[in-house]
Amino acid sequence: MNLSIHFPILIIALPLLTAFIIPLIGKINKKAPGIFATLTLGISLIFTILVAVKVMTAGAQVYVFGAKSTALTLPSGLRFPIRIIFEIDAMSIFMGLITATVSFLGALYSLAFIEKEGGLDKYYSLLLLLTVGMFGMELTGDIFNFFVFLEIASIASVALISFRGPQAGEPAEAGFKYMVVSSISALIVLFAIGIFYGQYDVLNFAALAKLIRYSQLDKIALALMVPVLAMKAGAVPMHMWTPDAYSEAPAPITMILVAASQASLYALFRVTFSLYNIQLNTLTVGWIIIVFGLLSMFIGVTMAIIQKDIKRLMAYHAISQTGYMLLGVGVGLAVLNDPVALQKYGITAMEGGIFHIMNHALYKGLLFLTAGALFYRTGTRDLNNMGGLAHSMKYTTIFFIIGAAAIAGLPPFNGFASKLLIYESAYRFNPLLSIVAMVVSILTLASFVKVFHSAFLGPKLPCFKEVQEVPRSMVFAMAVLSCIIIFFGLFPDVIVKNLVHPAAMSLIEQSKYSAIILGGR
Amino acid sequence: MLGLLETGSGFWSALIWVVIVLVLSALIIYLRNKGEASYKKSTEQDKPFISGNPELSKENSHISASHIYWGFTEALKDYYNPLVKFHTGNINDYSGWIVVVTAIVLIMVGVSA
Repeated sequence: MNLSIHFPILIIALPLLTAFIIPLIGKINKKAPGIFATLTLGISLIFTILVAVKVMTAGAQVYVFGAKSTALTLPSGLRFPIRIIFEIDAMSIFMGLITATVSFLGALYSLAFIEKEGGLDKYYSLLLLLTVGMFGMELTGDIFNFFVFLEIASIASVALISFRGPQAGEPAEAGFKYMVVSSISALIVLFAIGIFYGQYDVLNFAALAKLIRYSQLDKIALALMVPVLAMKAGAVPMHMWTPDAYSEAPAPITMILVAASQASLYALFRVTFSLYNIQLNTLTVGWIIIVFGLLSMFIGVTMAIIQKDIKRLMAYHAISQTGYMLLGVGVGLAVLNDPVALQKYGITAMEGGIFHIMNHALYKGLLFLTAGALFYRTGTRDLNNMGGLAHSMKYTTIFFIIGAAAIAGLPPFNGFASKLLIYESAYRFNPLLSIVAMVVSILTLASFVKVFHSAFLGPKLPCFKEVQEVPRSMVFAMAVLSCIIIFFGLFPDVIVKNLVHPAAMSLIEQSKYSAIILGGR
Repeated sequence: MLGLLETGSGFWSALIWVVIVLVLSALIIYLRNKGEASYKKSTEQDKPFISGNPELSKENSHISASHIYWGFTEALKDYYNPLVKFHTGNINDYSGWIVVVTAIVLIMVGVSA
């Protein structure tokens, strides 16, 4: 039996099964759920890397559920697939790699960070379910299946955001707010899916892409899905849940929530590119996404500057950075119907936007972990109460500098490489976009200079006399992220050539996406 | 060449950048060492000079986050006041914005060809 053909399902099945086993393990030993969850996510990461290698070398992979063969997308006599299918192309696995890395490191960091809390079995079960939801959203080729995984991720997120709820009211409030906005978005997504199913009788992305005619109903479905998926990604002016949720969730969960938001961003790109592609008015929808991006970049960063809560400040930066991704991919979408412009700068803009998704997951994850490390040792998130922590938390200081330099787009870190691609390509589309993006980078740097000065610089404060560096598992998780950031910064060409460019092309080339499932039909 | 990222308008190499920074850093350190070595550790030179005023306690001498960029936010208060008010923290407003934006996108997509 060739086990490798089952890797796509094992990526999800392992954490899903472990999520239900963990409460039992928790009865035996209090520490075991964390170790078990981390190991499971480590194995899931290995499977994801193996599938990624296969996708990069042999092309997109499919996994058909319940068929005689996992590659049997169209049983004889059928014109369209009826089974649930995982369709893993370069873009899906690109997102899968982000989810796998971030979830594994989040669980690893949690081992020490969360050990003093109660209900650890529930925490790790939910963390695994959140990961399952994200993986599912990214790997599935079925739009209803996407909705199911979106719900799994949302419900697990709500519980994790309010994990500290019993002790303090704010996490529960943040969880409630996230639950409301998630429910609204899920209902709207389901309504849009209903529109597709009512018209075309299929739920498979590839089959829908083949059938879609951009009727009035299709326009309505698109106009419903774009704002809610942008909202789940944290786009302004529907971003307000983001600072609430990101600041109140435990730090490793915040890092995973960033990746979960990006899964919704992926869905937005999948819908606009793989489902509609050139059938829609690309210039109009492209500009809608660009405007979301501009608003997110500018309002996100200006709101970040005035924050005093370190995690709230970073949450606003997450909104701002999402703006870059929307800008890059929005420019690509706007010129999708213009082959010359697409070739000249559209593809580069998309590469910049997509590369920024991965870079952002890494450096924003690192920054949230450093914020978690500060909270772990000082017990506060208020920057006004911090100071001089570089004296006693040297590793955390170094990791913060790396993360801050990367998010501000300073060379030679990874943020610079993706932002450079966006600046140059967006400039050729409209110079103003590039100027705004650069101003936002400067303001980002200013904001993180404030955090660095407030938290790390200055004399060692007497109230933090006893503060030490955080435990090794937390340092290790931050060190791994820092190393990846430096590697991506020094060798961006390796990542762009092998991961980002194929991902961008898999979005652009809709016919190839459909052909993976439907063949030549 | 490894590390060379094509940007469409040119290229970027972090490795070349690092080499240039290292060379410049070495030059700066060399020039600095050429200067007058009049600094003496653990003398009066080590103490901060605050226009003759006595040094504040360590807790009080650290500038807290609220004071940083005060001038920036004060100068832009006409921008910040409505922006901060806009972030009400009220879930009704959160939901309201989803409806408003969806309506706008519906109109834009609906009227586009």
